[in-house]
Amino acid sequence: MAAGSADKFSVLLPTYNERENLPLVVWLLARTFQQSGNNFEIIIIDDGSPDGTQEVAKQLEKIYGSDKIVMRKTISVLFSLGTAYIHGMKHATGNFIVIMDADLSHHPKFIPEFIRKQKEGDFDIVSGTRYKGNGGVYGWDLKRKLISRGANFITQVLLRPGASDLTGSFRLYRKEVLQKLMEKCVSKGYVFQMEMIVRARQLGYTVGEVPISFVDRVYGESKLGGNEIVSFLKGLLTLFATT
Amino acid sequence: MTKLGQWLCGLALLGSVWAALALAPPGLRLPGPYRQALLPLPVYLLVAFGCYSLATVGYRLATFNDCEEAAAELQEHIRAAREDLGRRGLRF
Repeated sequence: MAAGSADKFSVLLPTYNERENLPLVVWLLARTFQQSGNNFEIIIIDDGSPDGTQEVAKQLEKIYGSDKIVMRKTISVLFSLGTAYIHGMKHATGNFIVIMDADLSHHPKFIPEFIRKQKEGDFDIVSGTRYKGNGGVYGWDLKRKLISRGANFITQVLLRPGASDLTGSFRLYRKEVLQKLMEKCVSKGYVFQMEMIVRARQLGYTVGEVPISFVDRVYGESKLGGNEIVSFLKGLLTLFATT
Repeated sequence: MTKLGQWLCGLALLGSVWAALALAPPGLRLPGPYRQALLPLPVYLLVAFGCYSLATVGYRLATFNDCEEAAAELQEHIRAAREDLGRRGLRF
């Protein structure tokens, strides 16, 4: 039986001011999928970027074909990751959805490993983890790593989620699973990604893990502030009390 | 049941067992030394958990992988991508 010849993978790329990185991500995605022989499409959901991201996306559509690159504008009001995914999924024609960051912190080369892992265990979700195996991070200093490990530890103790990396956003979902989860998840930001996994487990979905490397080129500009930590903790406690 | 609910139930259960044995209402008396040992148990457990937490986070911090090769490889890929896209007519 041909391995997954009927499978199609829709990659959702929410973007804001990614004029520089978008072509590179798309190039890497196209190359990865062409090499692995999987059918794919890339859905770009842009939040009204003022830097010309949409213009670049249109150029990419010309280069790769509009069956491969789908450009979706969102209404700028209330843009969040959740609404971007919902919006993107409406037009997704694949039976699997890949979500990832568009700023090159996630490398598309891991997607074939996600696909392989999914087949191996017939998983509903495959989550990229920075914390297990040879997963890891580049560009974080000791303080950032400490915050990351500390937050993850608290999360593991409180939620016992059965997955090592809850705040990661490099994942493969079955389309129906993602749709079901989007209906149920209400949080924002980091907590949104956590809630997806927690709810998935509640609903009996299976989660597999693949070690990934996260290359942070942005950290120098966007430090993890006290505000983010506070809202993370608030979100965590909310999940603790409600799930 | 929510995680909070599970914690509360667990704590209530352990708490009542501890209270019954250590605080010793009449009718359920253990020999003195046992009661003396049980009394500070919650504090000991808390301290033990604190130590476990510190050790675990410390260990995980120390073994947090640094992906040097991944960063270098990415640079390579970026170069190749820009070149190829330029050839295909992308105006950066």
